[in-house]
Amino acid sequence: MTAVAQPVVREPQPNGVAPKSAPALDLARIRADFPILAERINGKPLVYLDNAATSQKPRAVLDAIANYYAHMNANIHRGVHTLSVRATEAHDAARRTVKQFINAADTREIIFVRGATEAINLVAQTYGRVHVGAGDEVLITAMEHHSNIVPWQILCEEKGAHLKVAPMDDRGELLLDAFASLIGPRTRIVAVTHVSNALGTVNPLREMIELAHRRGVPVLVDGAQAVPHFAVDVQALDCDFYAFSGHKVYAPTGIGVLYGKRALLDAMPPYQGGGDMIASVTFEKTTYNVLPYKFEAGTPDIAGAIALGAALKYISGLGMENIAAHEHDLLAYAAETVGAIPGVELIGTARERAGVLSFVLEGVHPHDLGTILDREGIAIRTGHHCAQPVMERFGIPATARASFAVYNTREEVDVLAAGIRTAREVFQ
Amino acid sequence: MSADLGELGDLYQEVILEHSKAPRNFRKPASANHHAEGFNPLCGDRCSVYLDVEDGAIKDIGFEGSGCAISRASASMMTQALKGKSTEEAAKLFEEFHNLVTGDAEAMKNAAELGKLAAFGGVSKFPARVKCATLAWHTLQSALEDKEETVSTE
Ligand SMILES: Cc1ncc(COP(=O)(O)O)c(C=O)c1O
Repeated sequence: MTAVAQPVVREPQPNGVAPKSAPALDLARIRADFPILAERINGKPLVYLDNAATSQKPRAVLDAIANYYAHMNANIHRGVHTLSVRATEAHDAARRTVKQFINAADTREIIFVRGATEAINLVAQTYGRVHVGAGDEVLITAMEHHSNIVPWQILCEEKGAHLKVAPMDDRGELLLDAFASLIGPRTRIVAVTHVSNALGTVNPLREMIELAHRRGVPVLVDGAQAVPHFAVDVQALDCDFYAFSGHKVYAPTGIGVLYGKRALLDAMPPYQGGGDMIASVTFEKTTYNVLPYKFEAGTPDIAGAIALGAALKYISGLGMENIAAHEHDLLAYAAETVGAIPGVELIGTARERAGVLSFVLEGVHPHDLGTILDREGIAIRTGHHCAQPVMERFGIPATARASFAVYNTREEVDVLAAGIRTAREVFQ
Repeated sequence: MSADLGELGDLYQEVILEHSKAPRNFRKPASANHHAEGFNPLCGDRCSVYLDVEDGAIKDIGFEGSGCAISRASASMMTQALKGKSTEEAAKLFEEFHNLVTGDAEAMKNAAELGKLAAFGGVSKFPARVKCATLAWHTLQSALEDKEETVSTE
């Protein structure tokens, strides 16, 4: 059973103000689509606010996995038998769904990988190794996840290249002028996050990409924290590469996507060697397969790709605009409610934010807060969120992070706020 | 703290909360001749342990660092428990403490022998917090062995 978006009814407002939360999504029905939300944790209803780490999965996704294994399990591209044909067709259909979802120009531009991490490593190890040489530069930002730092460090170390880091201000907003001035004649690639997983900052990608392109530099976007929260259009962004993980967008772990512009992907050497990525092999010479298979060596996560397709269809059915509006409202409400608790300091107050509320509580270490909230059934993430340089920038070892998904409610934010107040009492 | 916290109360016992707010021996003794750094990469907790060891006995001990209530209290109470002890006694105490916080039945039964440290018995119900309770101890072990690299709980 899938919840469907109700048409947005704009009732006339007495003073012309839009209703606080437009009734575009039927939250009760959406919540019923996610079996795990019925779990009780320490005797309390689960309040799952760790969606930036991984999201929960709707029944549509669980069913897609079960259905695949029950009715079409076979290897793809390899058999003439019926099951193999079914599996291949379903896998191809999932790729088309991804293409549509991010509005790529061509299904061949959609490479299935394990997740955002593998997508970024793929680009660093193929495009990067060809184009980045001694003395060259790779430009990232101060708010990257470790997975958009370390692959570039490995590359720079190997090549004798330099990693440059564009700074941010105290709100967690990128300093666009500084970013622009760091794109120099030796810059070979820019790698930036769309949305910061530690701060929630949404970066001004259109401007950033235009700045880089004006200097002929391609841009990789880490979209792991963006794709779940609002509509992404890779052609409108004009990014050269876009990486995201399925498990953060309601699909299972083990599947993710690298989008790349076809001309770039065509010119890149393969990533891993093996079956499926070749056209022909002799001991003297191997001819590589066409896109996207050139980058998909070995038997892929077939069920995962199909389930990712199901997840993207599910949220498309709800409407990305509706999801964005709902989560925007939740985040604003959370910032107001949690921010008003004495002793709470919000970390990351960029004007454009999505999905994430990071904060510290005076006198209570985030780790202790996490344990106390867990007793109340509330799951949040505490720590450095795989973004240690961000923590350093703000001079803190860790934050507590509540992160939102389509199924979260204002009532859950209230439960979170009550839990934070309890923690204050314990430690006062 | 309020009494209705259930298992939370087992974790955050009065003595633990008290030490976390006012840690003892939170300093670097001038006479220190052993030192090690500990780090829990998951939560960013850091701990430096300093020892003045003479003739196999811990004459003075101190610690510095930042961390959660459990790791601060554990470090603080560890320094109190170890001052004046021999290095062998320290190693044995670590073993008993480790057994206690990981829920070893025997250790739980004999917890009283650990004195104040018995307060950490509640940690065993919170597996995610065991590393917080043992960070200082692992760092101590490394300091006694004069290990160069930072101890990591991962
Ligand atoms: C911004 C960002 N980039 C990349 C990743 C890495 O994703 P994965 O571990 O799924 O490869 C994450 C996940 O935490 C993230 O938040």
